[in-house]
Amino acid sequence: MDLSRVGFVAPPIPAESGADKGAGRLMAEAAIELIGIDKNFGPVRANRDINLAVERGTILGIVGENGAGKSTLMSILYGFYQADAGEIRVAGKPVAIRTPNDAIALGIGMVHQHFMLVENFSVLENIILGAEAGGLLKGSIARARAELARLEREYGLEVDPDALVEELPVGLQQRVEILKALYRGAEILILDEPTGVLTPAEADHLFRILAQLKQQGKTIVLITHKLREIMAITDNVAVMRQGTIVATRRTAETTMEELAELMVGRRVLLRVEKGEANPGAVKLSVRGLTVEDSRGVTMVDDVSFDVRAGEIVGIAGVAGNGQSELLEAIAGTRRAVSGSVTLDGGAIAVTGHADPGELRDRGLAHVPEDRHHVGLVLPFEENENSILGYHDKPAYLKGPLLDTGAILADAEDKIKKYDIRPPNPRLRTANFSGGNQQKIVLAREIEQDPAVLIVGQPTRGVDVGAIEFIHRRLIAMRDAGKAVLVVSVELDEIRSLSDRVLVMCGGRIAGERSPETSEGELGLLMAGVEQEAAE
Amino acid sequence: MEALDIAANVLSSTIRLSVPLLLACLAGLYSERSGVFDIGLEGKMLAGAFAGAAAAAVTGSAWLGLSAAILVAVALALVHGFASITHRGNQIVSGVAINFVAAGATIILGQAWFHQGGRTPSLPGTARFGAITLPGAEAVRDVPVLGPIYSGILSGHSLLAYLAFLAVPFTWWVLYRTRFGLRLRAVGENPAAVDTAGISVTFLRYRAVVCTGILTGMAGCYMALSQNAGFVKDMTAGRGYIALAALIFAKWKPVPAMFACLLFGFLDALSIRLQGTPLPLVGRVPVQFMQALPYVLTVILLAGFIGKAIPPRAGGVPYVKER
Repeated sequence: MDLSRVGFVAPPIPAESGADKGAGRLMAEAAIELIGIDKNFGPVRANRDINLAVERGTILGIVGENGAGKSTLMSILYGFYQADAGEIRVAGKPVAIRTPNDAIALGIGMVHQHFMLVENFSVLENIILGAEAGGLLKGSIARARAELARLEREYGLEVDPDALVEELPVGLQQRVEILKALYRGAEILILDEPTGVLTPAEADHLFRILAQLKQQGKTIVLITHKLREIMAITDNVAVMRQGTIVATRRTAETTMEELAELMVGRRVLLRVEKGEANPGAVKLSVRGLTVEDSRGVTMVDDVSFDVRAGEIVGIAGVAGNGQSELLEAIAGTRRAVSGSVTLDGGAIAVTGHADPGELRDRGLAHVPEDRHHVGLVLPFEENENSILGYHDKPAYLKGPLLDTGAILADAEDKIKKYDIRPPNPRLRTANFSGGNQQKIVLAREIEQDPAVLIVGQPTRGVDVGAIEFIHRRLIAMRDAGKAVLVVSVELDEIRSLSDRVLVMCGGRIAGERSPETSEGELGLLMAGVEQEAAE
Repeated sequence: MEALDIAANVLSSTIRLSVPLLLACLAGLYSERSGVFDIGLEGKMLAGAFAGAAAAAVTGSAWLGLSAAILVAVALALVHGFASITHRGNQIVSGVAINFVAAGATIILGQAWFHQGGRTPSLPGTARFGAITLPGAEAVRDVPVLGPIYSGILSGHSLLAYLAFLAVPFTWWVLYRTRFGLRLRAVGENPAAVDTAGISVTFLRYRAVVCTGILTGMAGCYMALSQNAGFVKDMTAGRGYIALAALIFAKWKPVPAMFACLLFGFLDALSIRLQGTPLPLVGRVPVQFMQALPYVLTVILLAGFIGKAIPPRAGGVPYVKER
């Protein structure tokens, strides 16, 4: 095998001695090399002795759990932070990247996870910001317009240059970010979790664009924690864990299972084993439920289904097809237009003033889709969030006051049981990673031993290792005879968790299938194809 | 004919009274568009008024007065910048502090230097920015319609007043037609976007607060050297706050800002004109009521008559690079 074709040249010896000898031929192929990069944030060692090379004209994936140091490493490359030690080489030459300006001048462009766009600016204004041709805007705008037309021809990156960014869908906003980088002459493009906010169709489109950029000779670094994307698009993959690169592989020579194991440091089941369901009495019954959103658009249209004790019902669907509104109506946080819901035989006033607190007392626990805004108060301490909504239970009270001792003990108990890290109930909730925040919400709701558990997006933004844990917990709930309703846009998750799958499309239940149904068939239902054929 | 004269009179004082509001309002626009809220417009105006009057009294030169006013106001603006940009302090607290410092320091220094109970000596005409008669104003005075408008309303204001109104199209041009303006608007909306584009957020915001300082200095100077003939304690009387209200009313845009300030100036002029005059139907209205009118209107307008006023999204938030 020709060594120069191997994407990763991870010099085993630190820069001073190792980089030069015999490496010339190898390095000539590398667009970027990182040698011995160290970065500390106070006591946190975000990056430790990182050695990595990216071959020109390829796509490199960097995977790792949240907090593994991927984004820090890329921020160092983009000049957002300075490394404490180490060397960066671009096209074989050692460079100093102190500011994003330096990175841009070296042809490095970055597409951030949270877009760096000014929302009430037009596409053109966003593109020229910081790359204006002179003191007056007129010339810059004209130049950018021409250049944009060229980029559109060359890469098929179509976008209306005069549209306001805030009026564009997320997928197009991301395209503006890519155009911004290309406009500045980027040869090396770094994308940080680019698909986190995209629908599956938008993600596919992005991958086609990336493939085309690669063909034109651009070098691409893709940071993600979604293994499926790594397998689909990258040429090489580097796995990070706790600030170091633990392995590098050619994508064609590895598997998702191997990468997951490398990321987490132990064997991970991507699909949790579960036994046969043993459904009992109907616990939650939804009949003819119709829900409108705040603009008066019908989002849930005459939906009926049952959830029995001892089964997990999964609701699949592309985001925005009414699943969120359905969950909110059942949980009593959004008023329905018509229909009825019964919980354990008793009606829920879904069309009137349903009281979420009362529903909680009646045994309905709700893990909301949006844990940041609905599920948690981020500035609160962990222990406060771990009883939120149940804070008036006698167990947490001492007379009219909160019994902080009992609350802390309770929080510590949950931390142990759910392996919440760091195990500190006094820590601000905002300082926990996404997966651990989700565990805090799950622990709070599950530990109240509800009869019915409804869960929205159980593993959104959650690491591979934590996904396995959360899935195990939900299945344990089922096996304990609880009724569980799961809504997720991740088809894999629905298929691996559910005993029955309901597919939602355009606010209606497009069909019920068994979880063994092929992804293709479910995908068609989600897209509303079969429904049209049947009608 | 008398009614026409009264109207011309009221409109002329509308212009006169809206000038300090307009200068302060545009001053606030630069700062707030860059994401730095500035409740200290009042204090900077007051300090500028005092510095202008003091310098003019000592040197006898209006121009040196203006320079001193701008210098002092810019210095205070930089203090605000140092607290809220460099040290990421609370912008409201910093602004309020500047107001208090200005209110106290002007009186103490005034008393220490001039021994007139906090006032500065009355300025002679040569040390003030007097009225400018626009070319041809005398010639058209007797032409119907045009005469009263041109020579009665538009002519006869101070140089600073004309500069204030020229600052409106200039500010519009800066905001929407220059690189500085593009970056200024961007940094108030999303400083992270500016930072990742390789532009210094700190330097940009400092430049914005310096613009604020210059304009508030001019506003203060106008009050001390044109409207009045010297500094009187607390002479700004809340105009800095009214200017902020006008800024919100105008949704942080320069041309609407001018109209908002003219509206507030008009109410001010009206309340002065109507003092003691019996009104039809209601009869004689207490002076206090008329004086309160602009402030009442401010509350009413801000409470919901202006639609949704969306402030610059990053306003009031110090920029910290996220980890």
